Amino acid sequence: MPSWPLNQWYIAAYSSEIEEGLLGRTICDEPLVFYRTSEGEVVGLADRCVHRRYPLSLSHLKDDQIICGYHGFTYDKSGSCVAAPAQKRIPRAARVPSFPVHEQDSFVWVWIGDSDLADTALIPRAPWLDSPDYTVVRGREPIQGRYGLLVDNLMDLSHETYLHGGYIGTPEVAETPITTEVDEEANVVYVSRHMDDAECPPFYANSTGIGGRIIRWQDVEYHAPCLYLLHSRIAPAGVLPPEDGPDDKAFHVEVTYGITPETEHSTHDFWMVARDFALGDEKVTEYLATNNHTVVMQDVVALNILEEVVEGEKENYQELSINIDTGGLAARRILKKLIAAGEAPSAAPAAAPAVAGTV
Amino acid sequence: MAEPHTPVRADLPPPSRMLTGRTVYRVVWKLNTDVLVGYCWCGVPHEATDPIELWDWLLAHPDTHGPGDAPDGGTPPVGSDSAVRELVKS
Repeated sequence: MPSWPLNQWYIAAYSSEIEEGLLGRTICDEPLVFYRTSEGEVVGLADRCVHRRYPLSLSHLKDDQIICGYHGFTYDKSGSCVAAPAQKRIPRAARVPSFPVHEQDSFVWVWIGDSDLADTALIPRAPWLDSPDYTVVRGREPIQGRYGLLVDNLMDLSHETYLHGGYIGTPEVAETPITTEVDEEANVVYVSRHMDDAECPPFYANSTGIGGRIIRWQDVEYHAPCLYLLHSRIAPAGVLPPEDGPDDKAFHVEVTYGITPETEHSTHDFWMVARDFALGDEKVTEYLATNNHTVVMQDVVALNILEEVVEGEKENYQELSINIDTGGLAARRILKKLIAAGEAPSAAPAAAPAVAGTV
Repeated sequence: MAEPHTPVRADLPPPSRMLTGRTVYRVVWKLNTDVLVGYCWCGVPHEATDPIELWDWLLAHPDTHGPGDAPDGGTPPVGSDSAVRELVKS
């Protein structure tokens, strides 16, 4: 049984990664190949030729069909083999599995599970990534660690003070109590940390130009299993949102992550920073891209180490949880519930049964 | 366990409510203490100093009420979240 939920949408790529040619990527232990047809549609197929397993992603794309680079088996966009060397009749079994894909908010999502249950209405939204009202920097880093480590990391931002000091961490992050909510039906965990008189970390001081102390709000919204949103509001101390009208005295940053399992021991870390200020300002863009990449790499290094620690530890190792872990524990439990629902014989993602018990 | 008749009031600043679903569990951290106050979506509170114990209590509370018992509606989200939802709709 995999450690991630089946019958779920996962972020496979940025739309911009699939333009010309073939993209090979393993998602949830499924080696997949993606390409864009001449009509602009994204196709997702299993990345193994049915003949001798040669990766189709290392093959040739011609006229919206993949020609295997080993013996020339040729597949159309549905995965059906339409040509094989010297064969008059194509064997009925000559097809590779096709995976439902959907483009939205600058992502290519792929459905992992029973294709008949794939419903694009279930995909959570991140519209700022594809909005003219925001400027976005983004990247993707491989983590040599299980995806649950990244979920733990992002659900408890008190680690910013210690792992990311000098970038996004200040003492107030670890010292400010959180409020946590869990929507049992929507499988969303929300963690809110509102710092009303905080030091401004360099990441925000240098990008916004604010010199003094700030109001810093962090509102995390985790749509299990894959999409993580951190709504960050930065404003000079004392500047609260108006009761009516736009909150235009504040700076808003939408820090967004796609948390996609690659294998049981590796993860795709899609990271994005969308801002509603200094739109199109190349200097600010460069600063945020460079510094956020540094922050992401600080996490990657830590999580790679933790994977080795977890892999090497004795059975039944008992970790300790405290108040700062309230949201992370909720995320783990939601994932556990979704994993159980995905394994059920008549799995229906919209009506996942609740699994009460240990967190 | 007998339920307290007077709801626990946690001493916390806004946001007062963030998610708008019908079955939302809420856990607040009492300021200047190590006490967590959890609210079942039916409104009944419980205090704990261990988040695992609190989640166990919330998820077990009570096993006789179903989603149909959820209170109607909810308050709109606050702060940047409301802007996010507006964007999603547009």
